[in-house]
Amino acid sequence: MKNGLHPLVMIALVAGVTLLGRALPTWTLSLATIAASNALIALGIVVLARTGNVSFGQGLFFAAGGYGVALIANAWGLTDAVAQVIIGAACGGLLGLIVGPFIARYSGIFFGMLTLALSMVFYGALVKSTALGGSDGFNVGRPTLLGLSFTDPREADFMLYAVSVIVTGFAGIGATILFRSEFGLASLAVRENNLRVEYLGISANRVISINFVIAAIFAGASGAFALMAQRHIDPQFAYWTTSGEFVFVAVLAGTQSVAAVFVASMALELVRSFSSLYLPNTWQLVLGVFLLGVILFLPRGIGSLWIRKRRKRSTIAANAPIAAETGAAS
Amino acid sequence: MDHSWRAHWAVLAASVAATSLAPAGPASAQESFKLGIVTFLSGPAADSFGVPARNSAQFVIDQLNKGAAPSPYEKAGFGGIKIEPVIIDENGGATKQVQELRNLYQRDNVDVVLGYIGSGDCLAVAPIAEELKKMLVLMDCGTPRIFEEAKYNYVFRTAAHATMDNVGLIRYMKAKNVKMDTLSAINQDYAWGQDSRADFIAAAQQLYPNVKIQTDLLPKFGAGQYGTEISALVGAGSDVVYSSLWGGDLQAFVLQSAPRGLPKRSQLVFSAADHVLPPLGEKMPDGTIIGARGAYGLMSQKSPLNDWLFKGYEAANGVYPVQAAYRMTQSILGLKAAAEKAMSKNGGKKPSTDELVAAMTGLEWPSPGGLIQMKLADGHQAIQPIAISRTKYNPDLKRVDLVDIEYFAAECVNPPPGVKSIDWIKGGMQGAKCN
Repeated sequence: MKNGLHPLVMIALVAGVTLLGRALPTWTLSLATIAASNALIALGIVVLARTGNVSFGQGLFFAAGGYGVALIANAWGLTDAVAQVIIGAACGGLLGLIVGPFIARYSGIFFGMLTLALSMVFYGALVKSTALGGSDGFNVGRPTLLGLSFTDPREADFMLYAVSVIVTGFAGIGATILFRSEFGLASLAVRENNLRVEYLGISANRVISINFVIAAIFAGASGAFALMAQRHIDPQFAYWTTSGEFVFVAVLAGTQSVAAVFVASMALELVRSFSSLYLPNTWQLVLGVFLLGVILFLPRGIGSLWIRKRRKRSTIAANAPIAAETGAAS
Repeated sequence: MDHSWRAHWAVLAASVAATSLAPAGPASAQESFKLGIVTFLSGPAADSFGVPARNSAQFVIDQLNKGAAPSPYEKAGFGGIKIEPVIIDENGGATKQVQELRNLYQRDNVDVVLGYIGSGDCLAVAPIAEELKKMLVLMDCGTPRIFEEAKYNYVFRTAAHATMDNVGLIRYMKAKNVKMDTLSAINQDYAWGQDSRADFIAAAQQLYPNVKIQTDLLPKFGAGQYGTEISALVGAGSDVVYSSLWGGDLQAFVLQSAPRGLPKRSQLVFSAADHVLPPLGEKMPDGTIIGARGAYGLMSQKSPLNDWLFKGYEAANGVYPVQAAYRMTQSILGLKAAAEKAMSKNGGKKPSTDELVAAMTGLEWPSPGGLIQMKLADGHQAIQPIAISRTKYNPDLKRVDLVDIEYFAAECVNPPPGVKSIDWIKGGMQGAKCN
């Protein structure tokens, strides 16, 4: 990965995208907030996929983050956006810490199905809990930032946009550094042959667990963003179709580029929004054709649009097989 | 790996095309009234509620634009301004609905958004419209929580909430001397089912103080198979079996319970069932007590307005209008009444959001299902009359007729302002005005 961008360049890129929000039309701001939030959780799936495991139940941590933030906000009136992100990440991370070590012993389809099952158990419990509004969920107030409350809709949208882009951007930079680190390479090795990794003196379970917790933290923070953007939470956050959508974003993006996750997430939101406006009866079909198109013509994801050239010169295709595996598993 | 750049460009071009399709701006905002309509076009609620609502919206808007509606709605469009509908699908969950609501207001520049059938969707979109200071008219969703847990200025609901359905059923049973010493219930395990069950049981305990609850079942939403549940209900043999099932679930339950003799053992009572009468036909057991969430469809009272909707809708769609079609119609007519009231005050200009909101607050208007009065939640929540009846299959017309129809005034089955529905029922339904 000698050709990778320097972290400072990436920070400049995040700052640029944040400032771009001043020029964007208002409706794109909330769309981009949701896209950034989805990108964050999909990034977690990509992190985990490097160990060869795909989680179909990220909705569990997404909902845990969302409900955690919502309950604390309603009980203690804590509305600060940054604090809510931290709470969401902590809720997701704690749950990941409990679940991760158990689930790390499984791999492949068993891993995927177990994560799916756990998220559906959580979903079932939420639907039955009438104190939390059951299947209808409940509302929370609008977020503030550092004591400032935003009454102008555009300013409020921009604040959320900025916070979500910056947090997701830094998570992306962190992930890039992680991928290039010793630990990140060990994760790849676990996917290739976990027995050999164990003989080298590294615990494969530990590697998977740590990656699982990272994915859970990202999912929890993402749940906090989704909650802040829509001010409402319901058990749908934990439903399997929600989790499936995040896996789709990851498949769409491929695992070659962190930036691709953001592009894929934004493209998916745009296609969904415009197809539902212009083709209200067949928007799901359009969405499906779009996904099929990307899978057929860009099997390594949207990232291969700009990673391709660079890769030709590079001799080691370290990340390449993962894309195929993620695609096959879903 | 060389899939040719053409494929890549195709994807890129598609995304660019998608972005550039964004409408340019509010160029034609003055000539027409842009009305966003949100209803289920796919998913489990589409056939029962969403599509009938869409069909009636198309029929009513077409008629209004032509100036073909009867008095007092004979003016074309909204006070002469043409109505331009933008219809989108409610399916896809609350996250998508919140996003699409923002897009309707901020990107597509609609003047008012009207619709929503799912209670979860209504709860999610209401605060967003309030924040954006845009008018939102909720059409059908049942949960009383929307205005009981929060206060809104820009949000209205033009139909009564679900409390009326269950209070009406109990009042009907009492009026008709239906015996209910024992009661069993089967409801879906989600908010609508849980809330309906709580309301019905609370109201039953008021008017039938000695009622004993036997089997209380909560199968999951969309279960479709009710073999075990029916065995339990037949085994209990209660006087009354209550259910708030709807759509495909209700049809499946009726079809599976009839051969097992459940309708012969127990009096079946359904809170929202008129929408399954056309598909079920003779399979619907005679004598079932049903509600329609209003005086709708075959239970509607004769009036020029009702004839216009019933006959016009039937001619256009080949089936008579039921609950959702009526609720869509009454919300569009309410918005028209509000728009024309606002225009009579501002000199005939297209009304601003604030003028519309002021005109809609506390408004009353006639609809095919009776008089709608925005009486609750400081003039933001409607009350309306309800009808309850029994089914009787009519072999000549090959349709289920509704007999023994009983009408209840709006203030007899709806709580008074400022009281939470469940507290009102449990407190003995104080202040109800029944004739």
